Amino acid sequence: MLTDALMLARIQFALTAMFHYLYPPLTIGLGWIMVYMSYQRLKTGEEIYDKMARFWTIIFAVTFAMGVTTGIVMEFEFGTNWSEYSRFVGDVFGSPLAAEALISFFLESTFLGILVFGWNRVSKKAHFFATLMVALGATLSALWIIVANSWQHTPAGFHIVETPLGPRAEIISFWQMFFNPSTVGRYSHVIFSAMLNAAFFVMSISALYILKGKHEEFARRSLKIALIFGVIGAYFTLFAGHHQAIVVARHQPAKLAAFEGHFKTTEGGTPYYLFGIPNEQEKKVDYGLTIPGFLSFLVYFDFNKPVKALDQFPIEDQPPVILPFFTFHLMAGLGMFFIALTTLSLFLWWKSKLFDYRWLLWVFVFSLPLPYIANMAGWIAAEVGRQPWIVQDLLRTKDGVSPGVSASQVLGSTVMFTTIYSLLFILYVFILVKKIKKGPEIINH
Amino acid sequence: MLINVIWFVLMTVLLMVYAILEGFDLGVGILHLFTRKNEHRRILMNSIGPVWDGNEVWLITFGGALFAAFPTAYATVFSAFYTPFMMLLTTLIFRAASMEFRSKVESPVWQNIWDVLFSISSLVATLLLGVASGNALIGIAINEKGIFQGNFFSFLNPLSVITGLFAIFLFALHGSLYLQMKTEEDLNYQMRKTSKVLSFIVLILFAVLTVVSFSTVAWAKPRLITSILGLIAVAMLGLTLWLSWKEKGGIAFLSNTGFIASIILIFASNMFPYLVRSTINPAFSLDIYNSASSPKTLTIMLGIVLAVLPIVLVYTGYVYWVFRGPVKLDETSY
Repeated sequence: MLTDALMLARIQFALTAMFHYLYPPLTIGLGWIMVYMSYQRLKTGEEIYDKMARFWTIIFAVTFAMGVTTGIVMEFEFGTNWSEYSRFVGDVFGSPLAAEALISFFLESTFLGILVFGWNRVSKKAHFFATLMVALGATLSALWIIVANSWQHTPAGFHIVETPLGPRAEIISFWQMFFNPSTVGRYSHVIFSAMLNAAFFVMSISALYILKGKHEEFARRSLKIALIFGVIGAYFTLFAGHHQAIVVARHQPAKLAAFEGHFKTTEGGTPYYLFGIPNEQEKKVDYGLTIPGFLSFLVYFDFNKPVKALDQFPIEDQPPVILPFFTFHLMAGLGMFFIALTTLSLFLWWKSKLFDYRWLLWVFVFSLPLPYIANMAGWIAAEVGRQPWIVQDLLRTKDGVSPGVSASQVLGSTVMFTTIYSLLFILYVFILVKKIKKGPEIINH
Repeated sequence: MLINVIWFVLMTVLLMVYAILEGFDLGVGILHLFTRKNEHRRILMNSIGPVWDGNEVWLITFGGALFAAFPTAYATVFSAFYTPFMMLLTTLIFRAASMEFRSKVESPVWQNIWDVLFSISSLVATLLLGVASGNALIGIAINEKGIFQGNFFSFLNPLSVITGLFAIFLFALHGSLYLQMKTEEDLNYQMRKTSKVLSFIVLILFAVLTVVSFSTVAWAKPRLITSILGLIAVAMLGLTLWLSWKEKGGIAFLSNTGFIASIILIFASNMFPYLVRSTINPAFSLDIYNSASSPKTLTIMLGIVLAVLPIVLVYTGYVYWVFRGPVKLDETSY
């Protein structure tokens, strides 16, 4: 494996993408939570909102810096490790990446200067505007990246043209490319899950403060604001996810079959596995617990219509099953937990009992890593489920790799990135813990 | 086709603005270790604190625009420069991390580690950018498929070593001139002295660079356009030197900006119409036609650039305006 340049390039991309995605969901979601706090700071002038805006900005800034450093690598990795892919798709795929830098990345990076360093230099109004621009920039950033990535899943708006260096995809319609069949569903899934991630982050820290009897007013208000975002995030992530399942069934049926460990097409409705262990050798799911016909219902609104299984696809076009199956079910299960927890909390808030149960606050505290796990699992399911294609039905992953780059070069850079990113992640957590321990009270003006 | 030429001009503009803006923040990083006091180091970091991130986006945009407009060149350049490029990315990661982490723990050891990392990574990043420019000028060993046939050591040739050194001193000078506007008292005095010395070294290296490129790069011939640009560059550098000795840092920063701009223009006019020259066979070279996206993509992207870039310039200008003048350290600083 260590001498296989293709495998190494895949590992490197997966690792760098996953390390990167530790940070953006928090900044995308937290940006909007800060916009709300900054707006209240501007409108009410209450000191508590000032404190909230400043404290969460510190958390935001450290996370943002990590997102930037790990993101730069991604922008160039297509060229370094996937040159044949870049050549093939550049005419279509390059545009959203360039637009991302121009439209979104400039916006967030430039206004971040004012957000972080401008407290004593600009008016509250200008500072609110900067917060809004940073949140908008982060949210739009994700849009262009998801447009590009969705095109890999459901390519549209292009044709294949022969060139002296081989065939390549060229754009016919920018808007068909932009609104390819999976863009809207995947983008909303990403944005709402980012909102959920940030909400759980804020709720976790706030709950810890309340349990320790520190910064109580600050923590209660932060938790309530975050809970609103959390409820919206949890439900809309589910709706967007369901919409996506329908799109996947239509455009990437092999991927859906992999999610569900659906090996053999059968008569009548297809069951949904709540749990199970896929057995790739015997082409079945062991220890499965199913809801009969439910997968058919989810994607066709019909309990009796069969869903295409993996046996409908040539063996060389089939994705692996075990990884997509487990990650998909992990994500879906966690999604249900988020809905249950936020709904219960909302109900208790309505009854004015939100802060009465210490066990609930502890649940919040320990829920911190769960949205991260759900996010990672979702991406693994989506990307591994697309294999063996780098662009669905158009270009195979093995044909996209850089031919002039040796296995040792890829191994070297992979080891380097993994080391640096692990180190940075440890430092990031260390700094966060330090800032959280210090709390909002210390910040004076 | 005109649109391909327009895109070549746009790429030149992106590279130019990147060199001018990141030029001074890399320069500040290079000078960082030459200041001793903790307070001075904090002033250096905070002088670029609110703007370095925006400056770096010009590089990201350059990369993104190259991908969109000239995908074949993007694929070739980054896979050919694989190892140096991975090193550049590493230095950029360390720079960002140093600035973000340094102030977060009140310990001299902790802060010293980040000081060293910050400064060294700024230096190495500048060196790599300079070496890459030298190699772009000479050309690289690509075959008819645009696949690189050389190795890491092919990048180390006399011209590229000189462009690397030149970049280090040029950016350090640019940083010291910027810092003259951002500092007061003894630190300001130190920067005025630094600019004097550096402007002299840059002048010497520029002369060496000119001689070496004429003698080693076949196509770097004196043409009308490059001669005019060359004269402008010399005038700008002369002005920078004179103003540095007159201790007028602010105006010297502007003339040095003009110098950097004219160097990028000389570089671009020597490259045109090529993006990657092949040293194996000139026929394998990638130019603005055979490596470009379709006219449709180029037109769409041009529309986006023309609509968005002016707005970017306006708010970038606004942020520089907000943080004008000498650095004042407060509780929100690094």
